[in-house]
Amino acid sequence: MSLLSTKGLSKNYAGLQAVNSVDFDLPEGQIRALIGPNGAGKTTFVGMLSGRIESSQGQVYFDGTDITGMPAHRRMGLGMAYTFQITSIFSKLSVHENVALAARRVIGGNNSQVRLRIKEVLNKVHLVDRADQIAGDLSYGHQRLLEIGMGLAQSPRLFILDEPTQGLAENEIDDFILLIQALSAETTVLLIEHNMDVVMRTANYITVLNFGETLAEGTPNEIRANQEVQAAYLGKN
Amino acid sequence: MSTAVRSSILHLSVLCLLATLFFILPEYHSGNIARILIMAVYAMGYNLLFGYTGLLSLGHALFFASGMYGLGLSIDHLGLSAAPAMLVGLFSALAISTIIGFLALRTSGVAFMIVTLMFAQAGYLTILLAGKYTRGDEGFVIKQSDRIIAGIDLSQADNRYFAALILFAIVFIFIGILVNTRFGKTLVAIRENSERARMLGYDIQRHKLIAIIISGSLSGVAGAAYALLFGYAGATFSTVQYSIYPLLWVLLGGAGTTIGPLIGTVFMTYLIDISSEYTSAYMLIAGLVLILLTLFAPQGLAGVLRKKFLPWLP
Ligand SMILES: Nc1ncnc2c1ncn2[C@@H]1O[C@H](COP(=O)(O)OP(=O)(O)O)[C@@H](O)[C@H]1O
Ligand SMILES: [Mg+2]
Repeated sequence: MSLLSTKGLSKNYAGLQAVNSVDFDLPEGQIRALIGPNGAGKTTFVGMLSGRIESSQGQVYFDGTDITGMPAHRRMGLGMAYTFQITSIFSKLSVHENVALAARRVIGGNNSQVRLRIKEVLNKVHLVDRADQIAGDLSYGHQRLLEIGMGLAQSPRLFILDEPTQGLAENEIDDFILLIQALSAETTVLLIEHNMDVVMRTANYITVLNFGETLAEGTPNEIRANQEVQAAYLGKN
Repeated sequence: MSTAVRSSILHLSVLCLLATLFFILPEYHSGNIARILIMAVYAMGYNLLFGYTGLLSLGHALFFASGMYGLGLSIDHLGLSAAPAMLVGLFSALAISTIIGFLALRTSGVAFMIVTLMFAQAGYLTILLAGKYTRGDEGFVIKQSDRIIAGIDLSQADNRYFAALILFAIVFIFIGILVNTRFGKTLVAIRENSERARMLGYDIQRHKLIAIIISGSLSGVAGAAYALLFGYAGATFSTVQYSIYPLLWVLLGGAGTTIGPLIGTVFMTYLIDISSEYTSAYMLIAGLVLILLTLFAPQGLAGVLRKKFLPWLP
């Protein structure tokens, strides 16, 4: 059963067709990578899934319901979580409070449960020792990890990550891969990623976007072998 | 000591200090402080929206005046006694802030400032136009016999002082608790990064609307209490000046702190009071101090305290 799907989803920015009639289908439990050159429309596409960006045409379905016109916060309420391509955290608040804000929305007023979740999450992203630091004082990589932690704190059904490993150090990327692999038991993941190593090691399935259209879809091996993809994307990397 | 305990001790100490001041200070000052306490309630209401939610309104005088006239007119024309008239004041401000919030939240940033300013101007003009009932600029006096709650004559200096202090204490503690709730922390999240808060699943518009309603209602309670304790309602209180005051008090005292509004109101009132003894250009001095503060302590006095000495300050 697919958790998320789109029909003819399109976005037009004043004449520029950023996403053009994309049919997309994401089965529950899958780790899907969304790849494609810069400007292919990946961010715009997931923006329309999360409700951050209004679509021009087409439909989005989540768990069988049409959510096309639904405001973003309600989609998150249905079990989506979203991390931004450009890190977006509460930089003047503590690391702890950042995660708490994410956890509280899902868990509610149960403080002991919120604390438990925060501890769990900070462990996973290796920020336990920095819980009391101001988030804006963290290194860039740690800020990225914090934002991922905020996503995890929501125990999402669908976790959308827009280029999460951008700016992470080598060892942080390895940790991230482990994190995503461990997540696959409980969460469906949609991962925009430029680092092909990360893609090959995490994804069960890959969608390639080019000029706002689906260029190819398949398993990592199929995509690696695909000539068109090589020409459009992999060759350039 | 946990943050919650420290902050409770701080809040209670402030209240004890204020209670003690009445017995120490000469009568002139106790009258002054009663006024300051009511204005600090107004500032605390304003601070919830500006300091905690990050919404800058230039029209809060409308909410203050709604409370003031809700009380004043219902005493004057409907013959209500003080206690129910207070409730009319509260509910007028609540109703008006709900409507204004609903409309003004279609905008944001500078547009929000202008829209709230315009609504407040419209309120001011309405008060002038309805001069038959409100007696316009001149205003009207609320008779001593109408300023009695539960047999306590609020025109008496001591009663007035403690009535002001009780109202201040209720709102002070209420805000202290509110900003530590889930709702209060979400407001701060919206102030800090509303797009991130939205994408965590928070309904930003709903939170902002509730913040406006609480903020406006507290402002209205302050307006009603002012009319009741000082026996006067007038259109001056709905002018732009009275929308700017709470902004200045909060900026001076420290936006987004529970104690800031009180500090700012005390500081500014005495600044004007003392400097006007020496020069007629006292607003110039007030302006100068404000400029200096924004340059050297943009977080306000309580903000500096928090940064330098008391990082746990709520
Ligand atoms: N807000 C916007 N207004 C106008 N054009 C935009 C906007 N956002 C993105 N675009 C354009 O849409 C195209 C797709 O952008 P984007 O979705 O960010 O691509 P990707 O994430 O794949 O790099 C690009 O050509 C980009 O310049
Ligand atoms: Mg992008």
